Amino acid sequence: MRYLPLTDTDRRAMLARIGVPSIDALYEDVPATARLKKKLDLPDHLGELEVERAIGGMAAKNIGAAGVPFFIGGGAYRHHVPASVDYLIQRGEFLTSYTPYQPEVTQGTLQYLFEFQTQVALLTGMEVANASMYDGATSAAEAVMMAMRITRRNRAIVSGGLHPHYLAVARTHARFLGFELDAGAADPEGRETLAAKIDENTACVIVQYPSVFGQLADLRALAEACHEKGALLVVAVTEIVSLGALESPGAMGADIVVAEGQSIGNALSFGGPYLGLFAAREKFVRQMPGRLVGETLDADGRRGWVLTLSTREQHIRREKATSNICTNSGLCALAFTIHLTLLGEEGYRRLAALNHAAAVRLADRLCAVTGVTPLNQSFFNEFTLRLPKPAAEIVDRLAERRILAGVPASRFWPDDPALANLLIVAATETNTDADFEAFGAALAECLR
Amino acid sequence: MKPDAVTDTFTGDRGLQLEEPLIFEQDAPGRCAVDLPEPPKVAPRLGKLARRGPIGLPGLSEPQVVRHYTRLSQKNYAIDMGIYPLGSCTMKHNPRLNERMARLPGLGDAHPLLPERAAQGAFELMDRIAHWLKTLTGMPAVALSPGAGAHGELCGMMAIRAALDDRGDTRRRVLVPQSAHGTNPATAVACGFTVDPIPADAGGRVDLAAFREKLGTDVAAIMLTNPNTCGLFERDIVTIADALHEAGGYFYCDGANFNAIVGRVRPGDLGIDCMHINLHKTFSTPHGGGGPGAGPVVFSEALAPYIPLPYVVRDANGFRLVEHDGTGKSFGRLKGFHGQMGMFIRALAYMMSHGGDGLAQASGDAVLNANYILASLKNDMTPAFPGTCMHEALFDDEFLKGTGVSTLDVAKAMIDEGFHPMTMYFPLIVHGALLIEPTETESKDSLDRFVAAMQALARAARAGDAARFSEAPRFSPRRRLDETAAARHPVLRWKPPAPASEAAE
Repeated sequence: MRYLPLTDTDRRAMLARIGVPSIDALYEDVPATARLKKKLDLPDHLGELEVERAIGGMAAKNIGAAGVPFFIGGGAYRHHVPASVDYLIQRGEFLTSYTPYQPEVTQGTLQYLFEFQTQVALLTGMEVANASMYDGATSAAEAVMMAMRITRRNRAIVSGGLHPHYLAVARTHARFLGFELDAGAADPEGRETLAAKIDENTACVIVQYPSVFGQLADLRALAEACHEKGALLVVAVTEIVSLGALESPGAMGADIVVAEGQSIGNALSFGGPYLGLFAAREKFVRQMPGRLVGETLDADGRRGWVLTLSTREQHIRREKATSNICTNSGLCALAFTIHLTLLGEEGYRRLAALNHAAAVRLADRLCAVTGVTPLNQSFFNEFTLRLPKPAAEIVDRLAERRILAGVPASRFWPDDPALANLLIVAATETNTDADFEAFGAALAECLR
Repeated sequence: MKPDAVTDTFTGDRGLQLEEPLIFEQDAPGRCAVDLPEPPKVAPRLGKLARRGPIGLPGLSEPQVVRHYTRLSQKNYAIDMGIYPLGSCTMKHNPRLNERMARLPGLGDAHPLLPERAAQGAFELMDRIAHWLKTLTGMPAVALSPGAGAHGELCGMMAIRAALDDRGDTRRRVLVPQSAHGTNPATAVACGFTVDPIPADAGGRVDLAAFREKLGTDVAAIMLTNPNTCGLFERDIVTIADALHEAGGYFYCDGANFNAIVGRVRPGDLGIDCMHINLHKTFSTPHGGGGPGAGPVVFSEALAPYIPLPYVVRDANGFRLVEHDGTGKSFGRLKGFHGQMGMFIRALAYMMSHGGDGLAQASGDAVLNANYILASLKNDMTPAFPGTCMHEALFDDEFLKGTGVSTLDVAKAMIDEGFHPMTMYFPLIVHGALLIEPTETESKDSLDRFVAAMQALARAARAGDAARFSEAPRFSPRRRLDETAAARHPVLRWKPPAPASEAAE
């Protein structure tokens, strides 16, 4: 048992000092009926090699993104992560440290979170950002609840372009907290008009940018319409690389911006752990959920960082806290901030340009296939196609040929026949011309 | 460096303690640490939304970036460096095998929206960890998706709300012991409940008489941590569960301290209805400087129909992910995608490495180590409660009375001695609490060294060596930081320095 340092000699000596005959005797407060009398039906301990074999066997049954033409997005994206990111986040001083409650010996974590907060504020065009949340979907729900606290209203208007998982998480909270979500139907073509729905009870409008179908919309008029009625505009971004090419939500008048940060620095990892980004106007900071790092001085007058404004948080406020959230996604935030620091201004913008160019070329290739029509006039690195057949069926057939073709809209909206033939396709800097050609040719064959 | 900073060296560095500016202070425009190709020429399709103007990100080279984060890392204490006795946080060794497994091709690069046939191994892994968790807890159902312990609390309490709603029951009062984590009351409120605190008895456990008094048919649930935050097993837990069920309420067990009993006691045998499990505590996934965590929740038969989406099922064709509820009973979705898969992989690698036999030994060693500390320090410090403890040893600040030294001062003096401090001032029901959780990771030598240091500090406090405490920490990368100033005038991001002309005004 390689993780356990005590020897039987140690255990005997320690029991003697405690004055009990056995470890079992330390469990005397457990009702006798609840103490396990026999071993549980679980396998005994294994060496590293055996564990690697077992888990490696499961890994081998999946099709990973590396090594196949890969076009799945839908809120999680395959990007190249520089080697130094994974090396640095595995340094034990980062990996095996706890929440920085003792700032004198956790300045490393605190400083990178301060840098992270600054980067997130810059990307989103907002004034402040927190030290991260669980993921994009939970951030979006928290943003809606924050808007309710700020406006003291209880209705949110939800765009039909919002990722259905984000909507579903918000619905869960709405059910238990008793607020109202006015969610429009799925809007694949980006035609909805939300401004007309805003009234004096509206806390916020939440839109996704680019939309789950890849549609781009100028948000300035919507922001104005919100502000005229005293409502907030919440913008959700599922592909954070897009903000290297697109005007920031903040520049268009957003009040709260939430995002999924997985694309920068973090593995696909079958859906988690991911990284919720959360940014807002400075005047709302005391209503923000999550941890915040602030700058201060130490007893010698040297600059340092601490967790701050914790009077919003559950460990101080208990039932009056702004949120029940206790953790952030520290290590995912570290991966994000390292990758973004490696990219810098020039690299981040070039990465975005590469993604856009890849998607433009893929769209051109796929739209040349007979029967395939595009739904997007504009897009960043993800767009929606209408196929002449149900998209789920085509995706399965392409997967058999080891081409991972995208997300059939029916995966998100299984009950809407109008969406059955829609396929949401993403391209990133990782895709090659050969990938585009393989996808185009195989799609043509499957549709023939 | 600020020119007025107190420092003994020209650079501000002190040997291996290296100062490090912010990335924004190392910027040179045009510098970049990645070599990306020139994008192919295409006609852009960004509508009229192409970004105008710079973002403001700094440009560094790769060696500067590697050096920056290496230097920052060296300002952190970590479990890889020594004992990290934060009570209730369970800082145990994080095996590197787990890291390797999470990065395997086919797992690390598996997209959550893979077609079902292309993700059978991922579903199998989720099913496997679900099996371990159900077996270890003796509970029939599990929800894997919660992203952390507090998220798991939310999951459990939402299921309770859903079950109450389903039977048309409007009871809303939730009993929460005063010793509970702050997340418990915050969670109850986030699920639309009201919180009614129950006091502890003189022994640090739930006051059974007070509980009975507060119990009624308007009580929706109790949220009880067991072993509790005083490091004690709630002896009356079965009695509490029976009385609660009799009154029609549900039992939420906070499983933050499951590591004390894993493999030895199944919470399912104690009468609970649901419990979250912090994979980063009990099953060694890394804390990562504050996350990501993972908080799967196990459920009783009574609550199983209400668990959140999505979940994995197995039929003749293999594994399948249920993302849309057919029964209408599931309370909905809690998170994007299916949960913290990277943490499931790490936790499963840990479970398999330990096996059923090793997990029971690990929890036994954790309890042994805590009791060894309690027994070794009982004469120099003051245990909060008599008797033995479970996985953590709780002291009050009685031993500091009249010394002018506070619990906070002791914590800061421990930093100078090369330790991370214990949890301080929690649980709230113990005055000046010092909560020490060594975990099973510590060897006897490590414990002896820790005990000797704590004895020395306690004796120094009583001997009137106040400066040793009030000045502490003296040897850490930073000395005590002004948290009041940080909160009064929040500086939450870097901003470019004002131009010289403005600064002069």
